[in-house]
Amino acid sequence: MNAYTIQLSDKGTIAVDDTILVKGVQAGAGSRILEGFKPLFSAEAVTRLENKGYIISGKTHVGEFGLDLAGEFSYYGEKEEELGGAAARLVSEGTVKAAIGVDLNGSPRRCAALSGIDFLKPTYGTVSRYGIISCAASGEQMGVYAGNVEGIKEIMDVIAGHDEKDGTSLKEESYDYSTGIAVAGKKVCIVRELLENAEEDVRRHVEAYGEQLRKNGVVVEEVSCDIFDTANTAWQILMTAETCNNVSRYDGVKFGYRAAEYRNIDELYVNTRTEGFNFLTKAVILYGSDVLSKNRYDACYGKSLKVRRVVAEKFEELMKGYDAVLTPVCSKTAYRAYDIREAFEKVFRESVFTSMANLIGIPALVSGKVQLMGKQFSESVLLSLAGIAERVGE
Amino acid sequence: MVIGLETHVELSTRSKIFCSCGGHSAAKEPNDCVCPACSGMPGMLPVMNKRVVELAVTAGLMLNCDINRYTTFDKKNYYYPDLPCAYQITQLNHPICTNGCVTLKTASGERDIHIKQIHMEEDAGKLVHIGRASYIDFNRTSVPLIEIVTQPDFRSAEEVLVYLNKLKSMFRSGGISECEEGAMRCDVNISVRPEGSTEYGVRTEIKNMASFEAIERAIRYEAQRHIDAIEFETEKLVQETRRFDDVSGKTFAMRNKETEADYRYFPDANLMPVIIDDAWLEEIKAAKPVAVDEKADFYREAGISEKEIEMLIHNHKVSETLDKVVSLGCDAKNAAGWLLTDCAGILRKNGKLLGDLEICPEDLAAIIKMVDNGQVNRMSGRKILTAVIETGADPVAYCKENALDARVDISTIESVMDNVFKENAKAVEDYKNGKVKAKQALFGACMKALKNTADTAVIRELLEDKLNRC
Repeated sequence: MNAYTIQLSDKGTIAVDDTILVKGVQAGAGSRILEGFKPLFSAEAVTRLENKGYIISGKTHVGEFGLDLAGEFSYYGEKEEELGGAAARLVSEGTVKAAIGVDLNGSPRRCAALSGIDFLKPTYGTVSRYGIISCAASGEQMGVYAGNVEGIKEIMDVIAGHDEKDGTSLKEESYDYSTGIAVAGKKVCIVRELLENAEEDVRRHVEAYGEQLRKNGVVVEEVSCDIFDTANTAWQILMTAETCNNVSRYDGVKFGYRAAEYRNIDELYVNTRTEGFNFLTKAVILYGSDVLSKNRYDACYGKSLKVRRVVAEKFEELMKGYDAVLTPVCSKTAYRAYDIREAFEKVFRESVFTSMANLIGIPALVSGKVQLMGKQFSESVLLSLAGIAERVGE
Repeated sequence: MVIGLETHVELSTRSKIFCSCGGHSAAKEPNDCVCPACSGMPGMLPVMNKRVVELAVTAGLMLNCDINRYTTFDKKNYYYPDLPCAYQITQLNHPICTNGCVTLKTASGERDIHIKQIHMEEDAGKLVHIGRASYIDFNRTSVPLIEIVTQPDFRSAEEVLVYLNKLKSMFRSGGISECEEGAMRCDVNISVRPEGSTEYGVRTEIKNMASFEAIERAIRYEAQRHIDAIEFETEKLVQETRRFDDVSGKTFAMRNKETEADYRYFPDANLMPVIIDDAWLEEIKAAKPVAVDEKADFYREAGISEKEIEMLIHNHKVSETLDKVVSLGCDAKNAAGWLLTDCAGILRKNGKLLGDLEICPEDLAAIIKMVDNGQVNRMSGRKILTAVIETGADPVAYCKENALDARVDISTIESVMDNVFKENAKAVEDYKNGKVKAKQALFGACMKALKNTADTAVIRELLEDKLNRC
């Protein structure tokens, strides 16, 4: 082994979800429609990691376009009985130091919770979206899977910061991801309505986590707040609409999968997309085009844009009294394989815990199988709170 | 006849609207100017080209529009192989300019055309059909366009043409667009109604015409079709989209499928709203070239004739030279004469046109100043100008080499004049006997003796004086 490789492996290996581009490596986003597509460039985050000496060890399977619960519906991956997501599993087994993935509708957060590792969906605009297979520009965000908060901090310090190639990227060059700020006296609330959406053992787990924080001087209170259901509906409308629009470019004309049989351009489109997308993506496309259609726009999409503003205000109001919100990530402790025809409903229901962070661009940290959310740019508070609990666990 | 116009104009920017690929005119071969962004590959994000905003604002200022300080982009969804993302980025809710107005001068008088809005958008690619195969050329994809939408203020095809020509010369002189063939495309909305009626008739839209000639023919055909339908009940008019067939000179209804699409417009979350603050707007205003109308007014005030103004407005290069010469301190009317009479005359002699004029404004200004301050006379000035245009000579050096300087000292002139009087004793005698014309002959002889370089006013004065004395 020469000095060069020692130096590189000192930094560690990183797995990259298949919704993120690595130059020359097939990028499928878990979908047949992108079969054979090799990108000409790497995502900004990938380039930054490589420049710092990290090794990209490979691509990890994701559910088609990251739309599913926890990576269960990849065209390429193997079917598994108990869901958990490939990247989260590699991190929890210690095969890779960390992984990066795109949080479109909570899938990486659920994967992290199921595997018992950490995932941070940072504040919108802090990590460049250049080079992710985009579905919903207004709320998707790249984040980091790692074994603990220090691992999250290490990778976030590398990938976060302004990128001129992304028009939505914020101007700051770096952000604070401290994991050790004092938490005594910080106030955390548990939202009653979200607890009620989870099964008994999940509820008890969240309460126990709160107890752990309390022992460290954190004030933990239960509150009632009814905006999470509304936020979920709004995000599902915006997310499906934007996804429907963004995947319309996969038409068999330019790259990726093309149907073998067609007699004209319409059949080329229809056959390619019929064969290329899975049932869940098709449901999302149908739902998304419906909410954008002329007669439904005002009642659905337009309304959701307004709801987004109102929810953001209400969340800010809630956060006047608290530093973080503590919630479940999934309604149950494990998911079993299920029929894809139930997927749309199931994802909709489970996203009630995760949609808020996508809708209003706030950070959400999954750690110890719970979720901590806070105001924009409050990552260091979330990481420090989770850090206390993690160190107790050790 | 009531007509409203939607005009798409390709902007003269170095790069495309959302990526750094060269603009359409930079391409030599199909798909020369294409990158992952403008070919719709996943992972690339649009980044706004600032220059597009500046040119759109400049166009808005020229058309007296309100400039909206907060402007956003929307996505328009439809499937077509020349549209790589299956959506076009355009502006629906917050266009960059609104409420403009432009005054047309036509044979039948002046008419105000109100501009509803100007918005920015990206162009689509091009399909090339060869035999049974179709090929896609993405060079034009994402080339920046502005679309100028008027109110239904036109009342004749003639007005439409005056308007389009006006846009063309404005945008060319403003550096907004070259407006060459195909870079300016129109959709025409047309209806007819009985004279005196204020209600609009059934409206049809004729899509995507690229030549002014086609637009004129299409309007005439379509208006007649409407009139026939109403007066002679030849057919029932329906609101629809039609296309003009250049060969037959007729319009045809397009298939419903192509026209009744729901474009499912919605805001583009990849592009942040563009905010035009005071400082930026002032910067754009300061850089804005003088609009054609303002320019014409300026020339008029300087005393330049209407015919000459027309010449200048239509010869952008010449008017630019004039403006430069004026900025170098020459009188506008005088300089216009030099350009439109002297330069044009010299070019014509060489079988060229005014539009071919290649002269450095500094050289022309130098010649005009030499004449104005009496260093050379008008005739020598023209001689120098000819040399500059024909051989690219340097005016000052040429003047020196050919001894054209008019500033000869008085004693030299007087001695030359004495000689002339001696040699032309008869003419002097004639003058004294009341033959006024003889003075002109003496003047000519003096000028000839001085090789035509002298200041004519000085010679006239001295001659007058000498004749009075003898």
